[in-house]
Order: sequence, then structure tokens, then C-alpha cells
Amino acid sequence: MKMDARPPLLAAERLAVEIGHRQVCRQLDFTLQAGDTLVILGRNGAGKSTLLHTLAGLRDATGGDVLLAGQPYASWPRGHEACLRGLLAQSQPDFFSATVLETALVGRHPYLGRWDWEGPEDEAIALAALDAMGLAGFAGRQVPTLSGGERQRLAIAALLVQQPRLYLLDEPLAHLDLHHQVAVLDHFQALAAAGAGVTMVLHDINLAARYASHVLLLDGEGGHVSGPARQVLTVPRLSAAFGHPLRAVADGDATLFVPA
Amino acid sequence: MTDDTRIASRAHHGPASAAAPAAPAAVHRRGRRRGLLVIAGLLLAALAAFVWSLSAGALPVSAADLLAALGGAGGSMETDIVRSLRLPRAVAAFACGGLLALAGALMQVLLRNPLADPYVLGISGGAAVGALAAIVTGATSGWIDAGAFAGALGATLLVFGLARGDGSWTQTRLLLTGVIVAAGCGAAVALMLSLAPEGRVKGMLFWLMGDASSVSQPWPALLLLAAGLVAALPFARELNLLARGEITARALGVRVGRLRGLVYGLGALLTAVAVTTVGSVGFVGLIVPHLVRLAIGNDQRLLLPAAALAGGVLLTAADTAARTVVAPIQLPVGVLTALIGVPVFLFLLARHPR
Repeated sequence: MKMDARPPLLAAERLAVEIGHRQVCRQLDFTLQAGDTLVILGRNGAGKSTLLHTLAGLRDATGGDVLLAGQPYASWPRGHEACLRGLLAQSQPDFFSATVLETALVGRHPYLGRWDWEGPEDEAIALAALDAMGLAGFAGRQVPTLSGGERQRLAIAALLVQQPRLYLLDEPLAHLDLHHQVAVLDHFQALAAAGAGVTMVLHDINLAARYASHVLLLDGEGGHVSGPARQVLTVPRLSAAFGHPLRAVADGDATLFVPA
Repeated sequence: MTDDTRIASRAHHGPASAAAPAAPAAVHRRGRRRGLLVIAGLLLAALAAFVWSLSAGALPVSAADLLAALGGAGGSMETDIVRSLRLPRAVAAFACGGLLALAGALMQVLLRNPLADPYVLGISGGAAVGALAAIVTGATSGWIDAGAFAGALGATLLVFGLARGDGSWTQTRLLLTGVIVAAGCGAAVALMLSLAPEGRVKGMLFWLMGDASSVSQPWPALLLLAAGLVAALPFARELNLLARGEITARALGVRVGRLRGLVYGLGALLTAVAVTTVGSVGFVGLIVPHLVRLAIGNDQRLLLPAAALAGGVLLTAADTAARTVVAPIQLPVGVLTALIGVPVFLFLLARHPR
């Protein structure tokens, strides 16, 4: 934990989260500084998305505090928090048609006044984000004509258009092929290097090991382990958390985890 | 991993990034201009619908006489017919068509369901129960209106109360509660129809199908249409976000709970007034928002005013046709909206294979 004049982008203090009567975490403390990438790992139903929504300020905690840039969400003027933190939610079905560009422009909402229309600057930002996600030629396409992976990249592009400092990503690699998985993670790594903070839910332990600076491992029963990636990603901890034996395979400097 | 960085690098110096941005942005702005053009066209269509509605009938009135009659140089029979018969009826049809289309567009966003219409939450069912109860007991038209409005309000509150019983109402729960309440109202309506004295059944059927012939006070509906648009438009961009899903909207700073409450309350009020004024005219609230969506897309900032105008034009034209095509017999306008709306909608849907 570095001492910094600025408050950390995101902090949890004695955070407790429950779904119904199931505990997701209790007494969770962590800070996320600019440049950090925190990966949340855990088995299905451990409450990773619920925790992420709590960290995004969309859901009340059972106890403790979530601080965005040093302040609880309640004390941010409504709408201002959306300029600072963005959430990539798990994909939801679209019931109405829209073009790819219109969908990406959604990310400009927090910056526009009630009566404003998106201007050329907003369009330029949206087109750059589409380009960054490999959707450069897609601006005029209707969203229902896209494949699952293309829609996922469009959702990420809309998040990039929002230009937050803190990115909260719920399974950003869903539906993506191998190439795009790595390309998306590279993109967020570059954003973190440029001063953003990234928190994401992943299922791939090896990609987590490659990109995370910190890891939060939920055991599904309210317990957790958190800390620098190398300390948390160990065979006994991962095996216990996922309820499946793993073994470590050395690959040069890196360690790969494979199911035993 | 040779082309790991292909995507990222294309953003900086790929051939696509220099050429591509200009064109799609222009397309996007052209879409907005197209929407504004459609709205301007609908304003002209509204004017034409009014002229037709005021001049057509058993006593045709020429355009020049129409101006004189509206200008108030009164006395003649034309003036009487235009001002006391045709104008209230045209205004009522326009206002209620607009109210139903606007309410339908709002409900489709609120429930995130393209099949939603203003009646899906039981509002028309409740209004029908109230109005028919008044007709059965032989009440005057003022009491029929009061019964319809009370019934609509009662159904709205009932659905809202039941759907949020545990405080966490979801779209599905709201929709299901509305459908069930509407079904219950349907049963009550059928019961009243079968028990009603012979002489009153026709009046009840006309009310159920929607009928603008006996409107005495059309102006409150028109005022409400204007007020409803003014109330909804400031939230139009937030509605765009809500249509994409609650989590997305909330993450972008939309107060979803407040917005939903506003949309639900506004949609219910618009529908209740429309149904009270002309009865439960079908299809306008479902089909008009879709027609407009096919023409200009789903940006609520354009869709809401365009739907309100298009709904008004459709119902004014339908009502004029209803009283002129097989004159002197008057058809219930609801039958014509369905007869016009269904084939037009199917045609447009077939042309847009999305």
C-alpha cells in the first residue's frame, strides 16, 4: 500500500455484502490505486457480480463502506460518479434495435446536459473507441446483426466512451475469441499504465496471473483472500476456492495453473 | 502471439482510422435530420387530417368556408356544424391518438418489451369496468366518464401495489400483474355485457371499441397531450438508457427508480384520460410507436414527439373515415384503427427484415 497525496481510486473498508442470507464477503478491506489491476476470482455463485455492483455503488452494502476517490457514493452529486467510474455489466438482451454508433454514444450520457445532443466531439470519441475494439467499420450496423463477441466488444467500447478513471468489468472476456481476449486485456493494461484503475471479474486463472497486480479470491462462503497477485495465486488457495484440485506448471518465469 | 496488438495498433496508425470516422458520424447526424424531417412531415399531416376531418361529412365544407367558420364569423349552418360537432370530435380524436401512442412508447421502454401497449397494465380494463358499470345503471355521459377514469385509476393503483408487494418490482412481475388484472377486468366486462338489458348493450359495445362521436370536452385531453410531452422530453435520453437495461442506466448515473415511477405514472394518466374520452381504442398505442421506430429509429428524443403526432394523425383520419365511408352509418373508430393499422404494420415489418 503506497502512501499517496490523492485518495485511492477505490477503497473497501470492513465491507460486508450479502445476497439474501448468503454472505459474499465480510470484513473486506482493500485499496485500489491508479495503475492497479485487481482481479476478482471465485466459483459460480460466489457473488462476484454482486460484489462488483456494490463496488460500483449500485447496491447497498450490508456493512462497511465503499469509497470512490475517498468519498462514499452517497456523497457524490448524482451523475458525477458516472464520470469517474464505469461498469461493464454482464450482457443483457436487446429488445430494441439501434445502430452500433448510437450504442457506443450511450457512454457520453454523464457528460451531456439534459437538453444536449451528442456533438461531433462525442462522435469522434465514440468512433475512436469502436476503432480500439476492432469495430471500425461497424458504426452504421444494427446491433442485432452483430455476433455475441462483437456485441461484447461494443459494450466495452461504450464503456471506453464513458472515459472513467475506474473501470469495473464483469466478465469482460465473455463470448470473446482468444485473440480478442488478449487484445481487450492489453487495452485495459495500457489504460492502467496511463493512470486508470481496473477491477475485473475473470474466470481464467492464467489470464488473471498475467494481468493482475492484485487478486481478490472469494471462497463462496463469505471468506476471502486478497493481496498482491503472486501471494494470492497459489495452488492450495485456488484449489480450495474453486473446489477442484489444481497443479502449477512452470513456464519460464511464469507459472501456469492447470486442473489436476 | 504475433498479432496480439493488431487491434490496439490499428487505433493509432491503421488505414481505417483516418478514413472511417467522418462517414459514420455524418450518417448519424443524417439520422437525426431525418427524424426532424419526419416530425415536420407529421405536423403537415396533422394539419391535413384536421382539414379533412372538419370539411368531410354529410355537409361538405370548402376550405374557404372552413376558415370563415373557424374564424368565428358565425351564424350559418356550416359554422355550427364545424364548430360544435366536427371540431370537438377532431380534437378529441387527435388528442387521444397522441395520448395512446405516447403512452404506448413510454410503456414499451418501461417494460423493455416491444409488445407492451398502454393497456397492458390493466388500465383500459379498469376503465371499461367503471364505464360499463355506469352505462348498465343508466348513468349520464358525465358519470360514464367519471366511472371510466375511476376504474382506470383503480386498476393502475392495484397493479402498482400488487407488483411491488415486496418492494422489488421487476418488469416481468409488473407485466404479469397487469395481464392478470386485465384478464380479471375482461371477465367483469363479459359478465356485465351478458347481464345488461338489451337496449344498453350497443352503447357498451361502442364504448369498448372506442368511439369519438359523443365527446363533449376534448380540450383537456389535448392539453394533457402537450403537458405529457413536455414532462417526458427532458427525460428522453435517460429513457434511451433505460431501454438498454437497468444496470447500464444506473451505472451511467440515471435515477432508475424515480424515472420508472415517473414513466409509470405519466403513462397511466395519459391512458386513463384517453380511454375516458374516447373509450378503449385499440392498436394505436401498440402500432404507432413501432411504425415511428421503423421510420426514425429508437431515440426517444425523436420517437416520443413523432409518436404523439403520428398517433393523433392516425386517429383523426380513422375517425373521419369511420363517420364518412359508410355514411350515414357510423363505425366505431377502434374497428378502423385495427383495420388500417394491422396491414400497414405487417407490410412495414416485412419490408424491414431486421
